[in-house]
This record gives sequence, structure tokens and C-alpha cells, in this order.
Amino acid sequence: MALDDRKTTDFKFVGTRPDRPDGLDKVTGRALFGADAYAPGMLHGAIVRSPHAHARIVRIDTSKAEALDGVKAVVTRADFAKGLSGEFSFVLENVMAGEKALYDGHAVAAIAASSALIARDAVKLVEVEYEILPHVTDVDAAMAQDAPVLNASYADASVPAGHHPNVVRYHDSGHGDVEAGFAEADLVIEDSFKTEATHQGYIEPHACLATLGADGKGELWCSTQGHWIAQKTCAALVGIETSQLRVTASEIGGGFGGKTTVFVEPVALALSRKANRPVKVVMNRSEVFRATGPTSSTSMDIRIGMKKDGTITAAEGIYRLQGGAFPGAPMEFSAMCGFAPYALENVRQVGYDVISNRPKQAAYRAPGAPMASFAVESVIDELCNKLGLDPIDTRLKNASREGTKASYGPRFARIGLVETLEAAKAHPHYSAPLEPGQGRGVSCGFWFNHGGETSVSMSLSEDGTCQLAVGTPDIGGSRASMALMAAEVLGIPYENIRVTIADTATLGYNDVSHGSRVTYASGLATIKAAQDAVAKLSKRAAAKWGIPEDAVYWEDGCAKPSGANAGNFDPLPLADITQNMGATGGPISGHFEATPEGAGVSFGTHIVDAEVDPETGKTAVVRYTVIQDAGKAIHPTYVEGQFQGGAAQGIGWALNEEYVYGEDGRLQNSIFLDYRVPVASDLPMIDTVIVEVPNPGHPYGVRGVGETGIVPPLAAIANAVSAAAGVRLRHLPMSPPRILAALKAKAHEG
Amino acid sequence: MKKIHVSTTVNGENVEYLCDPRETVLDVLRDRLNLTGAKEGCGTGDCGACSVTVDDRLVCSCLMLGVEAEGKNIATVEGMATGEKLHPLQKKFIEYAALQCGICTPGILVAAKSLLEKNPDPTETEVRYWLAGNLCRCTGYDKIIRAVMDTAADMREAS
Repeated sequence: MALDDRKTTDFKFVGTRPDRPDGLDKVTGRALFGADAYAPGMLHGAIVRSPHAHARIVRIDTSKAEALDGVKAVVTRADFAKGLSGEFSFVLENVMAGEKALYDGHAVAAIAASSALIARDAVKLVEVEYEILPHVTDVDAAMAQDAPVLNASYADASVPAGHHPNVVRYHDSGHGDVEAGFAEADLVIEDSFKTEATHQGYIEPHACLATLGADGKGELWCSTQGHWIAQKTCAALVGIETSQLRVTASEIGGGFGGKTTVFVEPVALALSRKANRPVKVVMNRSEVFRATGPTSSTSMDIRIGMKKDGTITAAEGIYRLQGGAFPGAPMEFSAMCGFAPYALENVRQVGYDVISNRPKQAAYRAPGAPMASFAVESVIDELCNKLGLDPIDTRLKNASREGTKASYGPRFARIGLVETLEAAKAHPHYSAPLEPGQGRGVSCGFWFNHGGETSVSMSLSEDGTCQLAVGTPDIGGSRASMALMAAEVLGIPYENIRVTIADTATLGYNDVSHGSRVTYASGLATIKAAQDAVAKLSKRAAAKWGIPEDAVYWEDGCAKPSGANAGNFDPLPLADITQNMGATGGPISGHFEATPEGAGVSFGTHIVDAEVDPETGKTAVVRYTVIQDAGKAIHPTYVEGQFQGGAAQGIGWALNEEYVYGEDGRLQNSIFLDYRVPVASDLPMIDTVIVEVPNPGHPYGVRGVGETGIVPPLAAIANAVSAAAGVRLRHLPMSPPRILAALKAKAHEG
Repeated sequence: MKKIHVSTTVNGENVEYLCDPRETVLDVLRDRLNLTGAKEGCGTGDCGACSVTVDDRLVCSCLMLGVEAEGKNIATVEGMATGEKLHPLQKKFIEYAALQCGICTPGILVAAKSLLEKNPDPTETEVRYWLAGNLCRCTGYDKIIRAVMDTAADMREAS
């Protein structure tokens, strides 16, 4: 079975837990991240940013900055490409403002100087005259008829008549008759929810080192989740040909979706071209908060009808997401994911993409889904409470299964939601007694997962080892899983495979490391590339033995004759074939390029115990269990790591993290002291259960695992905290002031 | 601004540099001494990615000026291994997958080493509070805490 896909059991390497190939680099400080690159003659860049939420740029005077000793170049919007359209025009407008500054922190000019200190000094010498305009940062306020207009041309044809121009896209989907469904229900609950914007909070700020000449040829080193999209976007923004810009991805210090676009990279290229020197630009943390990343903030209305036996008869959701100053808030993902765990006959979901004077939202781990699940799963929890139903049994009763018509349209192939719920029910956590003052919450969550354009190339060395080039930046240990899958096909030791994240010049296009696609798509491509190499190895063996190619098969790292009729030859190990490959037909390589479509969707179920101090409103998560379908865990330790990381980020989103804007439209908490992500002393150990229901779309059954883990936490924690506090919390984060306010309101109601 | 001459010790080696009075120890380590193991995650002392020890005291190198290092003894992640022999914490972090992206890892290793030198038998709570100044956004800390606890146990057994 040389070229057949392997069955999804009986693995030799897959499912083991070897040390990651880049472990030594990462624990010794040797690994090179975005800011760790230096070049001879290098200049340092710094960016001038708007202090206003919304302002017309009347005039920019850079003469004093240019006169400062050590300043080598100043760029403004005039130094970038003109006439762009679509997403490129939004990205350009975001990385360097044109006529208007659209949010606090919006870039308006940039400096390159011989030192970072001089560049910073020069920033203060740039004089920008602003005409301050009215601003809006709240999603509901931005939709109101009297809201200031950010850009009257952004709304597309999907938006029904009568909406404010800040409503730029609209989504409406579902099936059945929801009103008829609600009429069948014994209890209908309708409730409204809000979530505040959070930031991905990667510890490594955006950083790059760029060189661009007057000949239109450039080099870019940057911390990115996808260097091909960076190549394409940067080339367009500075007006050069895509292929003339070679982009190398540095080690990446976290991304979570926030490094799937560009910010400082085109600016560094424009500065480099103007100064004719390499330019490094590194954001500080405040710039990261003010000008990159955040999620949408949301305002949502959910209505669900349930029978006394727990059957959901109808569900309706309205999801309003502000995505900053440009179109793109992932409201359709909110709409499509919220009800996806449930088999519903009557379901309708509506989404609004709303622009406001905040930074352009960027993807954050299952973009749009966590907020929707928070709202939906809170209402399901309330229904269970009111009807006296067990939350897991109720979810099992309504759970989506293979063949269910999903709330967003298609029928599910083989999925593992029921298995995660059954594992949750059987888990000791679910039956453990609670202490006084504690509450337990449960939630399910769904994410689509993604395939995407993928290229992988491998070459074999004379000594029988393998070099594997993939194009998806390794954001959490993926080089280990790639090497395991290659070892499985080739039958050589894991340690004999060197995995490199190739630059844009040495491999075909690769979509970004996002959508939980890396282990699925680059993994599938690695398997196929290795099978391509195995076919070539088998051919050499056939030639050596003088037998037909199809009379050779590959097993345990050796070519073998397929049976007695094929001839009696000793197994020929890979290294014996590669040893003299130059003389038997030349180098042996394996390749694969495709856009795989079979990314299996993923479900998870989380159980949380939380306690609330009624005096202070302080919460603590005391026990946490993640149960998620991984399809097949290639490297189980790193799968657990994804589950734990997603849960921890969800805990931050649920309890602490929040963009706080003042009346002036400025971000008030742009450092980690004030935007508090969970620290070690905030969290318990996070237990994990890996469920494996194989994905039929991957040779080994892999489903992506990166994103689903952040979908259930918001609701699971809200349900636990609401149970502990004795009052429903409808606004995230559930910070102490909000909990105290809810307790006070409840006491007032009596 | 006129640069100032500084003599100090980094990972046991005598070094000299000229630096602007506004430069931090982190700036000096990275931009003047080519030691890029310490990272700048925040520049405000909140994330711990730039952790080093100065005369055996754990500090955020972004909060100390380069000129203040005169006559001090600085240790960074680059000095943790002895030749090709990794520190037990470094080995355990790889074994436990106590890192995903790895940007916080140098700071956490330096901080954890400093903890174990002071307290060879920390409780989980003590490890969590000691490392509360080191942000990790990938792991949820679970595997980091386990790696530190287990290293401590190994080191106690070995001593």
C-alpha cells in the first residue's frame, strides 16, 4: 500500500510525545523572533500616531523631524501605493491614515533614524494639525441614527435599507419557522448580552526588519502567522511586484489570529526604500493595544424555546459586532457558530458588522464564536435552571450528530460532540461536590476549522535523513507534528527529520497559520509529499531489482517486493536507496500542493467550578476541565497545550480583560498592568480529555484543535459564576464592579 | 545625549559598553551585547519576558537603566546552560512541553531558577505566585507549573 492512505490506527510515531525539534533553541534564548534580527547599516523606525478617536488630518509638517541629526527618512500616506481597492485599501488605510485618523493610535507618519531613541525623539517633532470630529466607540451607539459617520462608502449591498451607514455588512441565515417553533415551546427565554473587546495579547509585539531598493526588490523578516499574505499585502501597499519581495517568517511569539495581517511591515518597507537602508520597526506594548488586534465588542439578543423535556423547539439570535473603523467584524461566524452544537428544526440568526472609532479588529481564535456561545449557552443554562433539567443531558438531547442539518446550512459529516458530552458526564469533575459559595457551569462550543492553500516540499539526503519544508509558521509546536507525520510515512526516526518553515521564495503559496488548519492541512500535505517521495523510492528499488514498480511496497522505512511473484529480495532501507541516488536517477524529493477541503469541524465541552466573593465581587476559577474532539492527536501533549491555552484565554475574556475607552474616545488601559491577562496565580491546573472521533477528510483523522478551546469558556464560566452569585451575569467581562452591580440589583429587586 | 561608559559582568564575563543614559539594561543586552534571549514584551515591567538576575536578584531588565549596571553581576538565559549541559529546568521545559511559542520562556526560566535557588521545595501556590510576574499567553501555565515543581523534586533528590 505504497500510496494508499494509511488507516487511522496502529501508528508507530503518530500519537507519541517526543521533544519538539526547536526545544533547545527556545530554552536557551537562541531562537530568533521578530525583534531579534539585525542588519548592517540598519535604521530604527518609529510611528507617529493620532491621539484622537476621529479627526480630519489638515496638515502634517515633518520638517523639524527631518532636520534632527540621525533622521534618515520620514514617510506619510503619500509614500504608499495609490488606487488600491477591497481589503488591501482597508489595510493600507489602517497602517497609514489618509484623510482622517479613525481611532486613537491610528498611524499618520513614520520615521527612520540611526537609533531607536532618535526615532522616538523625532516622532515628537512631527507636527500634525487635526480637525477633531465626533466619535463613537460603542456598537449600539454606532448603529443609532444620530451616530457620527465614519465612512459613508463602506456599506455593501447586503445591508437592508434604513440602517445607519456604520452598518457595513449584514448576514441572515437559518431554516424552519421560528415563530411556529416558539409556539410549541413550554418556556421561551429572551435575553440580551454584551461582551467587551479583548486583545489576543501575544507577548511578542509586532516586529520586522525590511529592506527595499529603488529597483523594487525587497527582503522582509517579520513575526507573522502567514508570510505569503504578508508578501502579497506588503507588495501591493508599497507598489511592487509580489515575487520581488521575499518574506521570511521569524519565530513567532504568539499570534492567536492577531498576526494574520500586517501593521508595521509595509511602513518599514516604505521607510527602507526612502532611506536606502534596512529598517527595523518594533511596536511597543501600548502601540500593540492601541493599533492592532482587538476582537469585536458585541451586543446580542438571544431567544430560545424549550419543551419541558428539554427539547429545543426554536432558536433565534441577533449578533451586533463592531469591528473598529473598517468592515470585517466576524458577525457571520457568530451567527453561524452560536447554535451549531444543536440539531434545530427552527433556527434563525442575524448578524450586523458595524464600524466605530476603534482599531481594526483582527481574528482572535475562533473569531466571533466565543461571544455567540456565551449568549446562547447562557440562555440554555437559564432554561435548564427554570425547567429543572440537567445541563449535560439537555445538551445531549439536542446535540448535533452525523447527518444533522447544521444551523448554518450544511449537513454534518462524522462529528464528536456527543462523545465530548458523554465524556463530560462521566468525568469525576461533573459529579464532584461543590463547596459553599461555588457554582458549576457547562458549555459546548463549535468551530468550523479550515483547509486553505498549502504547499509542502521534502528532500531526502544521501545519509537517509529528510528535510521537510512547510510554509505555515510554527506557532505552538507544529514542527513536531509535521515530523511525526513524515516519520510515519517514510518509516525513518522522528529525529532524522529536520522541519523548516520555508520563506516565500522557496515554496509555493501557503495560507496563514490560522483556522486551526496547520496540523490538518500542512499535515495532510506533509503526508502526501512523503508518499510522493516514497513512490520515487519504490521506483528506484524496482529498477534495482528489475521488477515492475507496482510490485514494490513500502513498509517500516524499506522497499519490499510485494509478494513471492515479485521476486525474492531483501528489504531495501531508505538510506540504501538515497546513498547512491545521484547515480540512479538524481535527487529524491516529495511535493504536494493543494487546497484541501476536508477540515473536520470540531466541538468541545467545558466544565468549570467558580466561586464569587459577595463582598468584593472577586471571582476565582477553582476547577476547570476541557473535553474536545481532536479527531486524532498527532502529538497529544501539544494538543493538551492548545486546550489549556484556549481555556486560559477564555478565563481572561470572561473575568478580566476589556478595552476601556474614555469619553474622549481614547483607550485608557493600553499596558499589561491595566489590561490584565490571567497570570499564574489566577488559574488552577486545567484538566484535559482528548476525544478522538476521526475526521474523514484527513488521512490520519486529524481535526484542528487550536480554536475550539476558546469557544466554550466564556459561557461555561458565566454559568458557573451566575450559579455561584445567584444572579445571571449578561455582560463580559464579569469584573468585580459588574458582579457587585448585579448583586446589588438583585437585592434591590428583593 | 552623551554616552556613558559602563563596566559590568554578564554571565560571568567582563563586558564594557557605551550607552545613552536613557537606554535600559534590556536595550543594552539586546542592541549592544547581542544577547537577544531576554525579550521586550511590554517595556513596563508587567510581563517578565525580559527577566534577568542582577547580583542574584530577579529583575525586569526593561526597568533598570544600562548605566545602573556598573559593577554589577548580570545573569541571562544565555548563561543558564553549562557548555552543552542544559540546566535541569531547561531540560524539563522541553520534556513537559512547557512552552508553545517560546517568547516568554527565557524570562520564565530565569525566574524559576531564581525561585529554586531561594526555595528548593516550593508549593504549587508558591510557584504560581513567584511566576505571577511572568505572562504566558499560550499555555495556561499548567505545564509550566508542573515542569518547575518536577524540576525542584529532581534537584532535591540529586542534591
